[in-house]
Formats: sequence, structure tokens, C-alpha cells
Amino acid sequence: MTGLLGAFAEAWDEVRVHKARVVLSLVGVFLAVFALTTVTALGAIVAQSQQEQAERWGGRPATLAVTAFDTTTGAGVDAARWDAAVAGLVDRYGITGSATVSYADGLYRLPGGTQTVQTTRVSPSYGPLHRIRPVHGRWLREGDRASLSPALVVNEAFLSLLGHSDLSARPTVVIGGPQPVTATVVGVVREGFDQPLVYRVDRSGGDAAAASGGGPGPGFYGPPTLELWVPPGQADAVMATVRNDLALSLPGSQVDVYRTDDQGIGDSISTLRTAIRGAGVVALVLGGLGVLNVGLVTVRQRIREIGVRRSFGASSARIFSAVMLESVCATALAGVAAVAAAVLLVRNLPLTEWLADGVPLADDPGFPFEAAVEGMVAATAVGALAGLLPAVIAVRARVIDAIRF
Amino acid sequence: MSLLHLRGVGREVRLPDGSLLPVLTGVDLDVAAGEHVAVVGRSGSGKSTLLNLLGLLDTPTAGSYLLDGEPTDRLRARRRARLRGEVFGFVFQQFNLLPRRTAAENVAAPLLYARGRDYLLRRRTAREMLDRVGLGARADQVPERLSGGEQQRVAIARALVRSPRVVLADEPTGALDVETGAQVMALLARAAAENGAALVTITHDLSVAALADRRFRLDAGRLTPLDGGAALDAATAHRDPRTAGRTA
Ligand SMILES: Nc1ncnc2c1ncn2[C@@H]1O[C@H](COP(=O)(O)OP(=O)(O)OP(=O)(O)O)[C@@H](O)[C@H]1O
Ligand SMILES: [Mg+2]
Repeated sequence: MTGLLGAFAEAWDEVRVHKARVVLSLVGVFLAVFALTTVTALGAIVAQSQQEQAERWGGRPATLAVTAFDTTTGAGVDAARWDAAVAGLVDRYGITGSATVSYADGLYRLPGGTQTVQTTRVSPSYGPLHRIRPVHGRWLREGDRASLSPALVVNEAFLSLLGHSDLSARPTVVIGGPQPVTATVVGVVREGFDQPLVYRVDRSGGDAAAASGGGPGPGFYGPPTLELWVPPGQADAVMATVRNDLALSLPGSQVDVYRTDDQGIGDSISTLRTAIRGAGVVALVLGGLGVLNVGLVTVRQRIREIGVRRSFGASSARIFSAVMLESVCATALAGVAAVAAAVLLVRNLPLTEWLADGVPLADDPGFPFEAAVEGMVAATAVGALAGLLPAVIAVRARVIDAIRF
Repeated sequence: MSLLHLRGVGREVRLPDGSLLPVLTGVDLDVAAGEHVAVVGRSGSGKSTLLNLLGLLDTPTAGSYLLDGEPTDRLRARRRARLRGEVFGFVFQQFNLLPRRTAAENVAAPLLYARGRDYLLRRRTAREMLDRVGLGARADQVPERLSGGEQQRVAIARALVRSPRVVLADEPTGALDVETGAQVMALLARAAAENGAALVTITHDLSVAALADRRFRLDAGRLTPLDGGAALDAATAHRDPRTAGRTA
């Protein structure tokens, strides 16, 4: 036990005594680990961001969209029949999550006059499935379905049409149509750029049609889509089963089931990451060669010292590990510094502004842990590799020649 | 049996042209615990080679060397290293202090290879040793800032820090002026005696050799008692198992 401590104490002494030399030899390793760690971390964050953006449109993997329309009229299936048909699906096939969504234009009475705005009518579960993170207020929740005033989540363009810049004034808006209703804006999302858009809770207490359990009437809203969130591995099986199941319970309709999540996104990002990391590894190898070079020069200068340590009773194993550990201690230290610098940099870059238009990540990886670990492992490994040759030379040195004068 | 026991020890080295050069031939030597032995000889006579053999830094090519009764030719490398650290303390002509480490760190260095308490208390032990050689006040100085005599005193403290049973000193005064050399040598002899350590001093200075209990001459690789009857008597006395250790 004290033998191990002794080996570390010795290595640390070496690093301490030869500060300048050690620091110089480590510049390369520091830069390489810094680059590698930063790129890995940024890569992880970019990937997460792209993934989330893709998921905001297409849903998380694997999201299946289920729609049906009447083959004779071409319109959506009657709401009551549709609801009855899909009610059991979620339970029957052990589906992780589901959401309903339908698209339509809504008539909103805005300060500048009544305007038609693209409205997505969704169940509250749509938010988590599409990783929607409001920048103000909140997303729709289950309780909104009971409220007499339909809850809306709007984008910033819509909010400014309403004449507000945030939700502090608890803005409301009247939705026109045959049965006008006053809706409450509960959240704001950053989406759609200058084009106003609205998410409206799929049903609410004030919505007569919704109160009966059915969807909105055809024509005004498009056919509803049921989104199912299933494990990616089961996506194909669930697609086939649901298609058959619905075809049976909705005779005379065309049932469509398809995947909406972006399955290609992971690949393109990983190619980019591999390329950048390859460059990082090359830099690391060059840094390692620098350490090796300095290690070789100094081990020759220290042959006498090694001979003296032999006279203290240092075994070959001990000489070997001392030279090796010195190299490893030094590069590990450079690794710690490089990872710390990478963390500082990555944490202070305005990444959400650059990557996601200021929308915070739903699953913010902070500083990706694996990037930090990888940086440390790489630094230590380089130290071990670069220390190997000098350590062998140190062990091979003939003691008597070393202490001869 | 004496602590160090050499019979017919030889050492040959292979020269670049392939021929063998005998450096030591037929060396018989006994060193008992606690005694002070001096070896004098001219440059190139093989003194350092002998000391390296004694200290397990080198191995004989002929003869037998028993350390505390144990044949040294069968020792595994690891145990050789361990014995070297535990049994011997070295003082070199060129001091061989570790550069850029303070006196205290130098003295503590051998304890890095010790175990348990010795290892853990190394800093305190080192300072105590420096006090004993009168350098307590210079403990935090690096060797480059110390005079030759002071450096050699640090080296003496370092040689004694693990309480070795034998101190091997290779021309310990060789790099010092006469007066400083005498002081350092007196200190070395006294410190070794206080520690109960045997002391083998190699020197070409007869006044240094005069401090020893027994003296030998090394001439072209052959070891002979230096001054006739008295030394010879002492040597035979130590070879006698019944009286071995009396001087310890
Ligand atoms: N490995 C070796 N290869 C060749 N010659 C050697 C080797 N080791 C020792 N010798 C020779 O053996 C002889 C004795 O060497 P050693 O170092 O023991 O002398 P020494 O008595 O200590 O001399 P000095 O007083 O100058 O230190 C020298 O002539 C030296 O050149
Ligand atoms: Mg010599």
C-alpha cells in the first residue's frame, strides 16, 4: 500500500520539480484534449438540439401517425366512430404515449381585425411527444380540457399581433366562428418565425362538440390524426397491427399509418462528429509525440538520478512505474485543465441562440459527461503511451554506469 | 558468520573488443556488524567495483558473497533491490544529491522506498537526521545552494536515514578540501557508530583510512591487509565464528 503511495509521491515530486519542462511538453496534449473535448461536447449538444428540433416537427422516435378518411366522401371519418375506434388502441398495444392532432385555420379577433391563423388542435400529451418547451408560460395540460375558456399556446408572432410581449397581462382572444368563444393564452413558443400560429387544446368545457367527446365538425378542422409513441424497435409491428385493427373497426375507410419522426438525422450528425473527432485524435497523437520526445530527452539526463534511486533500493518495477506515472500524472493534469477549459467555453457559448433560436433544450445535457470522461481518458492514455519508452530505457539503464563519475 | 562475507570474489568486465578484463581477483573480506573498515588503493585499482559488489549494485563473476549468511548470487532482482535499500546506505564521492530537491527532500528520498511507518514519517525522520549532521537550519535549501562539505553532510544524513546496517562510502572526502574532508569523515564515522552501522570507506587518503578499525589495500584488483600484524590479527579474529560479532 505504502509502495503504491510512494510511487505516486515520487511521480508527483518529479512533475513538481520539473514544472517548466512538464508544462511545455503538455501544451500539445492540453490543446488536443481541449479540442477533442470541446468538439465532443458541442457535437453532443448540437446533436441533441438538432434531434429536438426534428422531434418538435416529427415527434420523438418512433412516432406513428394514424389517420383515416372515408373512401367515398374523401373527408375525415365521423368523429364519434373515430374516437370509438382508437379509444382502445393505446391500451391494447402497450403504447408508451399518444396524442391527437388536427390542423385547421382558426378565426381570431385580433386588435388589427379578425385574422385567419393556422391552428393545431392537440391533446396536452402532444407537448412532451414533440419536446415543446414554451419560452413563456406553460404548455397545455390535462386540466385545460375542463376549462370553459379554451387554452391556447401561441408563438411570438401571434402574441405581438395580440399586442403583448409577454404573458404578464394574461392575454385572451376571441375565437370567431359559429360559436365564438374567449380563449386564454397560457404559453408562448418560439416557432414559425414571423408566421403566427396557435396550438389549441383539443377539447374544452366551453366547446359543445368537444364536451360530447367528439372532435370538431368536419370542414372546419381537418381529419384528426392520432400520434402513437412506441419503442423504435416495435414501430413496424405496431404499424401493421394498428392498420389492420382500424381497417376492421372502420369499414369503408382508408386507414393510413406512417412514421413521422426523422430517422436519418442521427446519421448525418454522427458522420460530422466522427470527422471532427478524427482530427482531434490526430492532434492528440501529435501532442503525445511531443511528450514522448521530451520524456526521452529527460530520461537520458536523469540516468544518474535513476542510479542513485537504485541505491536507495528502488526495484525495476518501481523505476518503471515512477517514469511512467510521471508521464501519466503530467498528461492527466493537462487533461483536467483542458476539460475544465472546454467546460468553461462550452457553458459560456450562447448555444441555444445559435442552434435553436433561443429555445432552451428540453433535455439540456449541460456539459456532456461522456465528453469530459473521454477527454480525461484520452489524456491519461497518451501519458501512458508516451511514458512507456522512457520507462523502458530507465529500467534498462545500468546502475553502475549511471552512478559512475 | 560476519555480516558481509566474501571468499574468492572476482569481477571481470568484457571490453568492447570482446576480451575479458579482470577488475577484481580473489577478494576475501569479512565485515562484522558495527565495525569500520577502510580500503585504500590507487585510481583504477577496482575500489568502486568492490563497493558496488558489496552494495548489491553489481554481481561478482567469481567466488561467493554471503550477506548475513545468505548467498547473494541466488537473490531475485526484487529482493536484491529491497536488501540494498534496507541493509546499505551509500555515500558517493560526487555526493549525488538529487538536483533541485531540498536537503530535506533528498534525505527523505530513500524512505520513499520504505514501507509503513518509515514511509509515512519520512519528512520528520529526514529533519531529525539533518539536525544530527548539523544542517537542521538548511533543511529547505536545494543542494545547489550548499557548499561541498554541506552537500556531503546531507548525503551522510541520507545514507543513514533508513538505519542501514552497513554504510558504503566511496571516496566520501574526494571532492572536499583536506580540512573539510577530515570533518566530514569524522562526522561519518561518528554517525555510523551512533547508528550501530558498519562502515566501509574507500579512499586514497591514508589519514581517512587511519580512522578505521581495520585497513586494506587494493592493488590491481587484489585485496591485502594494509599494516601488517595488527590488521591481520583483527581480520582472522573476525573470521573466527566464536568471536564473530564481538565488535558489534
Ligand atoms: N564496465 C566496465 N567496462 C570496462 N572497464 C571497466 C568497467 N568497470 C570497471 N572497469 C575498469 O576497471 C578498473 C577499476 O574500476 P573502478 O571504477 O573500480 O576503479 P576505482 O578504484 O574506483 O578508481 P577511482 O579511484 O578512479 O574511482 C578501471 O580500470 C576501469 O576502467
Ligand atoms: Mg572509484
